[in-house]
Order: sequence, then C-alpha cells, then structure tokens
Amino acid sequence: MCIAVPAEILEIRDGNVALVDYGELQQEVRIDLVDVKVGEFVLVHVGFAIQRLSREEGLETRELFKEVYKAMEEADHA
Amino acid sequence: MTLGTDIAQKLSEVVDTDIRIMHVCGTHEAAIAKYGVRSVIPPQMKIVMGPGCPVCITPQGEIDAACELAERGCIVCTYGDLLRVPGSKTSLEHVKGDVRIVQGITKAVEIARQNPDKEVVFISVGFETTVPTVAATLITNPPENFSILVSHRLVPPAMKWLMEQGEADLHGFILPGHVCAVMGYHEYEQFKVPQVVAGFEPEDILLALLMLAEQIKNGEAKVENAYPRVVTYEGNVKAQNLMKEVFTPSDVEWRGFPVIPESGLALKPEFEAYDAQKKFDLVYEKITKKDGCICDRVLRGLADPSDCKLFGKACTPRVPVGPCMVSHEGACRIWYQYQQKR
Ligand code: SF4
Ligand code: SF4
Repeated sequence: MCIAVPAEILEIRDGNVALVDYGELQQEVRIDLVDVKVGEFVLVHVGFAIQRLSREEGLETRELFKEVYKAMEEADHA
Repeated sequence: MTLGTDIAQKLSEVVDTDIRIMHVCGTHEAAIAKYGVRSVIPPQMKIVMGPGCPVCITPQGEIDAACELAERGCIVCTYGDLLRVPGSKTSLEHVKGDVRIVQGITKAVEIARQNPDKEVVFISVGFETTVPTVAATLITNPPENFSILVSHRLVPPAMKWLMEQGEADLHGFILPGHVCAVMGYHEYEQFKVPQVVAGFEPEDILLALLMLAEQIKNGEAKVENAYPRVVTYEGNVKAQNLMKEVFTPSDVEWRGFPVIPESGLALKPEFEAYDAQKKFDLVYEKITKKDGCICDRVLRGLADPSDCKLFGKACTPRVPVGPCMVSHEGACRIWYQYQQKR
C-alpha cells in the first residue's frame, strides 16, 4: 500500500481529479492535496497526488520505482 | 547495476567504529534488500529496521475489529496488504463476509454510494504519507453509510519512544522519504541524534549512510536531507493543514510496542460520524498471544528476521505467522524474498 509513484499530469478534470500518465498506464487521480498544472509531475500515493516533483525527478525516478514494485508484485503472485 | 561504488568506497574510509543505523520505512528495507546494500557497506556498520510498515504495526485487536465488521454484515474495504495479516482468530482473507480490496479511500466511498442500503467501512491504515488522502476525502461529505476504522500511526512519536528506551543502541536514523515528502523534516529536529532523509535508489541510501557516518564521526547530531528532489523542509503544507483539520493526535498501541503517547490519530468531533469504532461500538482487545513470532523484536530493531526460529520454516509468505511476513514492506517478507534468490 505504500507505493508512491511519479506521474505526469495530462489533463485536469472537474472535482479535483486529473488524468495522469505513469509511462505505460494512464489513470485518474485526486489532486486535492497539490496545486498543479498540466505537464507537471507529481508523486502519486493511494490514488492521490501527494507532492509536486520537478520534471527531471519525475522521469528519472519513474523507471526505478517501476522496477522495485514489479519485483514486489511478482513475488506476491509467485 | 554498479552500486554507488564511489560512495561505498568513501563510506569504508569514514566508518572506523561500530555503528548502528535504523531506518523506519518498509520501502527502504525493500530497496536495501533488493540491491544488496548491506553487502557493500563496511562490516562495522549495521542497518536495522524499525517500525516502518503500517501493516506490520497494526495491532491484532484492530485486525479483529475489522473482521468483526465483516461478520456483522458491513462491506469492509481494505488495502490488499492487510488481507492476510492474522488477527487473533482469523484474517480479512478468511473471514466470512464481504471484504473488498481497494487502492485507496476514493474507491471505498464509491462503493458506499453504490450500496446505499449497506454500511461500508474503510480500514484506514497508514503513516503521514497516507493520512492527508483520508482527510481530503472526509471533508467532501461522503455518504452516511460510509465510515472508517482509524488505524493511522505517526512516525516521530515512535522514534521518540525507541530512543527513550535506548534498547536498540542506535547511532542514527535514515528518515522515511515519503513521510517527509508530506511532513517536511522540521519535526525531527527535536531529536538530538544524526538523521538523514533518504530516497529509495541504492545511491540515495548509500549517500544517506555516508552523511550519517560523517555526522557520527564529527560528533554532530543534525537533520540533513539527501532527497531534495522530493523532500523540502516544510513538506506539503496544504496536506498538513487538511490533516489538522480532520484529525487530532491520540495515544495508541503499536504491534510489538506498548501504548505510545500521541502516536496515533483520532477524528475530531465534527467528523465523528465517520468513526467506525464509535458507530459500531467496537472494543479493541489487547492481545498478547504466544506463537514464537518475534515480530515485536524485529520491529524494534532488536532482532533480524533470520533470528526467528519460524523464519522460512513454519512462517512463509503463503502461511504467515506474523505480520512482518505478510506485507510487501514487512521485514521478514522482504528477507524471505531476497534470501531465496541469493
Ligand atoms: S508508509 Fe511511507 S514510510 Fe511507511 S513504509 Fe510505506 S513508504 Fe515507507
Ligand atoms: S519470521 Fe514469521 S514468525 Fe518469525 S518474526 Fe517474522 S513474521 Fe514473526
């Protein structure tokens, strides 16, 4: 449950919701906790953006997080 | 992957006495185990884990309460990690009732809206990283048939308690990156011990270890930030204000620990209607069962998972005896996973 993954804001929708991009996957997340614009990066945790990130950080870290969490998920279904 | 060789080299030059560093974050343990960080640091340096996973530290009494809610006909919504955690009688995985896995509180509220004739309870665990998401949801007026079982915990009070005990003999702390992303790190200045906020790449962790070793060598005790890409001194103030609007600190028990003052959260009176414990008159039983599990010692940095007689034998991720074998962030689970490969 503690996953926090960088994502890019693609589109801001009604009701504090934004469409974000994780790289391969797109998803709606809540943006109640941050003030963001399209094109900015955020850290997403349990369906909420919890903090803004710089663009470089977002791109760089995304790969690593993917790896670590994929390993965890695989172990879970093994 | 070349594991921060320069930093590791530097570290071996700086460390000349026995040093014990505690981290308080399950994701740190996962990264440390995955990248074999313990194998590249000097032998005098030991990294121990603290109460870093919100699933592991949830007392059995609270798991029992969640199971009771399912048995009483509520739809219980939970993070998947909590499913297999054993309570004193059963787990959310095996209890008779309607238990649903959700990614977060938003989905649980949606389920409540779709089932107006049912009571829907969200099992609300998590540290400061997670709390603001719950606060943000409760201020948007979820339906009346929705409530939460509040099982939140706060990191600094647990660190304070650990230091007061002095039992784990710690020289410094790696601070949890994502807790600090939300809270900043000013709170930690109350502790007169070397502390460094770290990210989750192996280099981040090695850098934090080096900064800690240097502080220790120079006899300093300050809070430094090795994760400035994400963490600022103040943190996310908007999120902190929401937390304060909805919750107030309370004294709670942690699994493996006694009641730690102000280490948990309670809903403020304005939000009491969403408090499942009050709504359903739940009493948390204090349970001390003896089954050979030494999670309590593992969570306090006093023992390694491999010190447990049950580790990898009677206790595995499939048939976990204690919570530390259940959660992705649990120390026993992580050690089991990575030692199998080595
Ligand atoms: S809640 Fe945050 S600090 Fe705690 S284990 Fe998960 S990622 Fe680490
Ligand atoms: S190996 Fe299992 S029984 Fe032993 S401390 Fe870890 S969770 Fe508890």
